[in-house]
Amino acid sequence: MRDQSLSERLHMDVPLLLGLTMLCAIGLITLYSAGGQEAAVVLRQFLRMLLAFGLMVLVAQFPPGRLARWSVPLYGIGLLLLVLVLMIGEVGKGAQRWLDLGVFRFQPSELAKLAVPMAVAWLLAQRELPPSLPRVFAAGVLILIPVLLIAKQPDLGTAVIVAVAGFSVLFVGGMSWRLIGAAVLLAAASAPTLWYLMHDYQRRRVHMFLDPEQDPLGSGYHIIQSKIAIGSGGLYGKGWLNGTQSHLDFLPERSTDFIFAVYCEEFGLMGVLLLIAIYALIIARGLYLALYSQEVYGRLLGCGIMLTFFAYMFVNMGMVVGQLPVVGIPLPLISHGGTSLVTLLAGFGMVMSVHSHRRLLSEKVG
Amino acid sequence: MVSRLKLGSPGTEFRLVRGRVLLCAGAMALLVLAIIARVSYLQIALHDHFTTLSRHNRVKIVPIPPIRGRIFSRDGVLLADNRPSFSLEIVPEQVTDMTGTIEKLGQLVSMSQADLARFRDQAGKMRLFESVPLRFNLTEEEVARVSIERHALPGVEVVARLDRFYPLGADVAHSVGYVGMIDDEDLARLDRSDYSGTTHIGKLGAEKAFEDLLHGHVGFQQVEVNAQGRVVRVLDRTAPMPGRNLYLTLDISLQTVAAKALAGRRGAIVALDPQTGSVLALVSSPSYDPNPFVNGISSADYQALLDSPAAPLLNRALQGKYPPGSTIKPFLALAALDFGVRAVPDSTWCPGWFALKGSSHQYRDWKKRGHGHVDLTQAVAQSCDVYFYTLANDLGIDRLYDALDRFGFGHPTGIDIKGESKGLIPSRAWKQEALKEPWYPGETLIMGIGQGYVQVTPAQLALATAIMASRGRAPKPRLLDEARDVLTGDVVLRPVVAVASPTLERSESHWAEAVRAMREVMHGPFGTARRSAQGATYESAGKTGTAQLVGMAQDEAYRAQELAEELRDHALFIAFAPLDAPRIAVAIIVENGGSGSGTAAPIARELFDHYLGVAGPSGAAPG
Repeated sequence: MRDQSLSERLHMDVPLLLGLTMLCAIGLITLYSAGGQEAAVVLRQFLRMLLAFGLMVLVAQFPPGRLARWSVPLYGIGLLLLVLVLMIGEVGKGAQRWLDLGVFRFQPSELAKLAVPMAVAWLLAQRELPPSLPRVFAAGVLILIPVLLIAKQPDLGTAVIVAVAGFSVLFVGGMSWRLIGAAVLLAAASAPTLWYLMHDYQRRRVHMFLDPEQDPLGSGYHIIQSKIAIGSGGLYGKGWLNGTQSHLDFLPERSTDFIFAVYCEEFGLMGVLLLIAIYALIIARGLYLALYSQEVYGRLLGCGIMLTFFAYMFVNMGMVVGQLPVVGIPLPLISHGGTSLVTLLAGFGMVMSVHSHRRLLSEKVG
Repeated sequence: MVSRLKLGSPGTEFRLVRGRVLLCAGAMALLVLAIIARVSYLQIALHDHFTTLSRHNRVKIVPIPPIRGRIFSRDGVLLADNRPSFSLEIVPEQVTDMTGTIEKLGQLVSMSQADLARFRDQAGKMRLFESVPLRFNLTEEEVARVSIERHALPGVEVVARLDRFYPLGADVAHSVGYVGMIDDEDLARLDRSDYSGTTHIGKLGAEKAFEDLLHGHVGFQQVEVNAQGRVVRVLDRTAPMPGRNLYLTLDISLQTVAAKALAGRRGAIVALDPQTGSVLALVSSPSYDPNPFVNGISSADYQALLDSPAAPLLNRALQGKYPPGSTIKPFLALAALDFGVRAVPDSTWCPGWFALKGSSHQYRDWKKRGHGHVDLTQAVAQSCDVYFYTLANDLGIDRLYDALDRFGFGHPTGIDIKGESKGLIPSRAWKQEALKEPWYPGETLIMGIGQGYVQVTPAQLALATAIMASRGRAPKPRLLDEARDVLTGDVVLRPVVAVASPTLERSESHWAEAVRAMREVMHGPFGTARRSAQGATYESAGKTGTAQLVGMAQDEAYRAQELAEELRDHALFIAFAPLDAPRIAVAIIVENGGSGSGTAAPIARELFDHYLGVAGPSGAAPG
């Protein structure tokens, strides 16, 4: 066995690790400004990041095979917890999302973000790709049950992410175009039903998205203030700590869901291009690693995780710039908060596992 | 463990997944481009627009109202002051539960329905995030109570402000006037930007007339505010320019003596300096306390003032229209000389009555027995009516009109505060116009003794007296002596003195004769006001007047005691002193006061003694 570098022994991919670290650094810098320049807030977030990076390293140690075997039990546990949270979960911000485990509170929907793509990847990996019709159907059911449970909490943002996570695996796995077409048609047809099933606040958000100026001090306030923050940033931004929209409280949710607006205001278009470039690098590298995995499960799961990561970024940015309705999805690795950070980096751990264990495998096989 | 995993073949499966991934990559690239396009659009194409919005969001222009100039009398007595007071104000945008807040405040401070009504009225008119006053003049205890509860009352503020206060109250109300809250009418006329932040404006008297001098100019503060409207920091500040301090021509000690003299009576006194036109005293009695008007008088109190039969709100000195009675005689005597109708020694036989040729109607003299032979001097001194009936008849209405017109009767005096009446000097044209009737000769006769249609204001009488005293050179009356810069004390404005009646050119001897006749009133053995001049250390000139309000039947005698008070004669008196170098000219009217010599003339004596600094007959020390 040839000499292994530290990163190889830890199953880390250096370019990916570098990209993630840069994002987290940008996140901390922006958070310092958005969070009222309190060092304690930044420090706490930094500690959460350390914890999440630790989890990523840990997850990367498990070879894809073990992850595949855990897929089904993990999915089962996730489903159980989702049912549980609907029955006995804690209500926070008008939704039942949390399970109080005594020591810490836990969102089962976060687990679903990983368990669903794992289960779908496992299901598809059982047989030759592309999957047969019944298998696609079964995968669809696997996805929709947790998605509906999460939507019922209600947590539309997470439901969207979980659905994206599941369906992206199904798509990459080769689900036939005819089925995709049918599914799109079905979704379009069920839109009115979905509208009917939506909560009032969710409908309001859609209304607000379509016409924010209608109620500038009420529901449309978020979007208008966010656009003012972005637009006034200009090409080079107002400078770090100089964003007036954020510092004078005009921008709501500025350290969490709307942190991108703060970033745009302070760093301008140049900053935005840099940030998107880093995201693009991470996604490209992640997809590359997943694609060149040697087994189907890892390849599908890795791709699913990377596409989900993109969905996070796109939905959040689209919402902040006013192109998508406001759904509660954070900007990955930048927004303040620990839960999504942990899930995301655990996912990256899997991607790295898929990649790094390949070489070992090929050496053994070869 | 490895064998359990299905190995990816480099064949179809890999190509399938790779194809799908590439497809995704393409789609992702497009979506990212859409985001970039959107951000570029916002940050480049709409940058200016959003910069403006952002600035608009955070930067507010807050006006700093200037401090209103104070008003002093010429002798330095403070007439209008700014006093710190605390008011309870509310910023409606910061209050979530207005009803609850007002209810809670009602338990802390007393509030009237009028306060609430005014608050609601104003709340609708204010700009965003401007505080609206709810209660003025909080007591210290009320301030303390509200301060303790303030944390539970968002949007409620105790604001320290300067309130206008008139220390002398009713004594100078008719000249100083008062300020009041700016209303719709004021808003329509004033420069809104200069008054942003200003809550009060001059409504009456000097406060209104010299508003521009008193107000000053608004200053501005550019402040950064947060989303809650709270000021975070001051970006820029332009200091306001405070209003000017005004010095009025009033001599407060004289004004006080005059006000006291009319206390409990209805009437007016105007005292002028014949050389400068300075209004030394301006009294209209009864008066009212202007202080309640500052922050809005209650409608009940206001109604009471309006309903009072003594009409305290009426400024009699400028607006009261009275028949001048015999006080008009010196001016007609002068006209007689000017027009060559009489020489001084020409005497007229006064049997106690006068009748027009071919008429049996007797125009009676106030002295039933008649004055016998009277020349011009004695006609004035004894106020012989028959002499002036005859004179008026000889002059004719047109020349009468001309003579009085040149003394300013029938015209506003041009005093520098607003609202004076112009009185009335009748003419043929006027009568035809107003009453559609020709002029009758009898009307000419009674005009000779200041009765009939003729109406003058006390200010006009005073001005005419000043013109007489100064031999035609008296300037228009003015209340403003000078305006001074608040900080440096430099005089920034002193009104130009303009001669009131520049057309009065006549021979010095005519002036001298008219004045000599008026002197005879005071100092002659038969002068009607001789008792009021007794013991004076200076010489003065005057004329009494008693204006009849009821027509008497031909054979009826006027007995004051039998008449209701409001039908009794008005007592009038005009005078100036000292004789050779007049420093003060007065016109005094006491409504229903009886005779000019008995009621009005002693007041003039008191004023002269006081102003000229000599002890009066009662031995009162000069002020």
